[in-house]
Amino acid sequence: MINKEIKTIEQAIAGIKSGMTFMFGGFGLSGIPENAIKAISNSGVNNLTCISNNAGVDGFGLGILLEKKQIKKMISSYVGENAEFERQMLSNELEVELIPQGSLAERCRAGGAGIPAFFTPAGYGTEVQMNKEVRVFNGKKHILEHALISDFSFVKAWKGDTAGNLIFKGTARNFNPLMAMAGKITVAEVEELVPAGELNPNEIHTPGVFVQRIIKGDAFEKRIENRTTRKKN
Amino acid sequence: MALDKNGIAKRIAQELENNTYVNLGIGIPTLVANHIPKNINVEFQSENGVLGMGPFPFEGEEDADMINAGKQTITTMPGAVLFDSATSFSMIRGNHIQLSVLGAMEVAENGDIANWKIPGKMVKGMGGAMDLVASSENIIVAMTHTNRKGESKLLKKCTLPITGVNCIKKIVTDLAVVDVTLNGFKLVERAPGVTVAEIISATQANLIVDGDIPEMIL
Repeated sequence: MINKEIKTIEQAIAGIKSGMTFMFGGFGLSGIPENAIKAISNSGVNNLTCISNNAGVDGFGLGILLEKKQIKKMISSYVGENAEFERQMLSNELEVELIPQGSLAERCRAGGAGIPAFFTPAGYGTEVQMNKEVRVFNGKKHILEHALISDFSFVKAWKGDTAGNLIFKGTARNFNPLMAMAGKITVAEVEELVPAGELNPNEIHTPGVFVQRIIKGDAFEKRIENRTTRKKN
Repeated sequence: MALDKNGIAKRIAQELENNTYVNLGIGIPTLVANHIPKNINVEFQSENGVLGMGPFPFEGEEDADMINAGKQTITTMPGAVLFDSATSFSMIRGNHIQLSVLGAMEVAENGDIANWKIPGKMVKGMGGAMDLVASSENIIVAMTHTNRKGESKLLKKCTLPITGVNCIKKIVTDLAVVDVTLNGFKLVERAPGVTVAEIISATQANLIVDGDIPEMIL
């Protein structure tokens, strides 16, 4: 067993540099690596390219890095929940590349799976197709999309073991397993960290081979973006 | 009288087929889940990674780890399953989901749809809409017939950046049910009390009107 446990979040993010490309797991605020984001903010690195389905909200999630102007470019599918993001984008302080959500997921998966590019129908005939090769398969037009990889991927799981194996909970899984695959160095933060051997191998979602460092997160706020409920009866 | 959002959702719910998987977009489409006919069993997919989505949780039972694509807290139904985003879009692209219902800013008579970007204004992104419209074999648009300025959203050609080409099959608005055919828009039903003339005047594109047009039964 290769022990991947890291004790402090500063050690977990060691090696990050300005100008790097980072991936962040999560959908909205669900399943985001809260502890790594705070530590990256404190480290002061900037000029980052950040790949994440969303860009957080004002003051939370990737909103923290946006506020400190650490992000040069965002690659996302949906970014509409953040006033500071909007301000930076409209004033051209922030580059933004929007990608269909399924293409973003598959580009991360492909990056981790050693597939350099693939054809998808999503985006054909739209702005997304610009400068991309088009081919017809089974009578339908598809566009060529390239794989994505990162210098560091930061992911969040529910449980993990010291071998780096991960189990996710609910819809907090989302992009985390794919981005874990696509990181040159993948840092996983978990709510519960157990010794290798304690997780049932049948129930592991992300094999530890994709994870280089694992740490038990200090605190998870797990903020809810859009609280919707019904009344009993 | 023109339908409200729930009226549009109720009419779309009549299109649900038994034992199918359905993806509902944000806005009016989400309301379709409140109007499923009694004898119909459908499973709702949310593209952030759940199949078998249930209603909102009871107060106090919200879970930050259980949300839908609109980031609303949700529950799951018996038999539900959770998965990552690549698997989710494999279901969508691979045509394992039988129906998608989504909102739109414009639909053109050739089936093009625009619903992700207004140039010069805030650009929020396409989310999963481009993957959905490029792949789903059956797509219904739920929208108002005209925009806030009173301009028709059923057009000869989209003016906004499009989300997908030749993909929309049916539109349900507050005024009408319109099929998208090879010859263009065809009026199928009227909202209760709305006349064919009113629908034609609210539609910028040509509208094929063939014989008597029945009122929706809601």
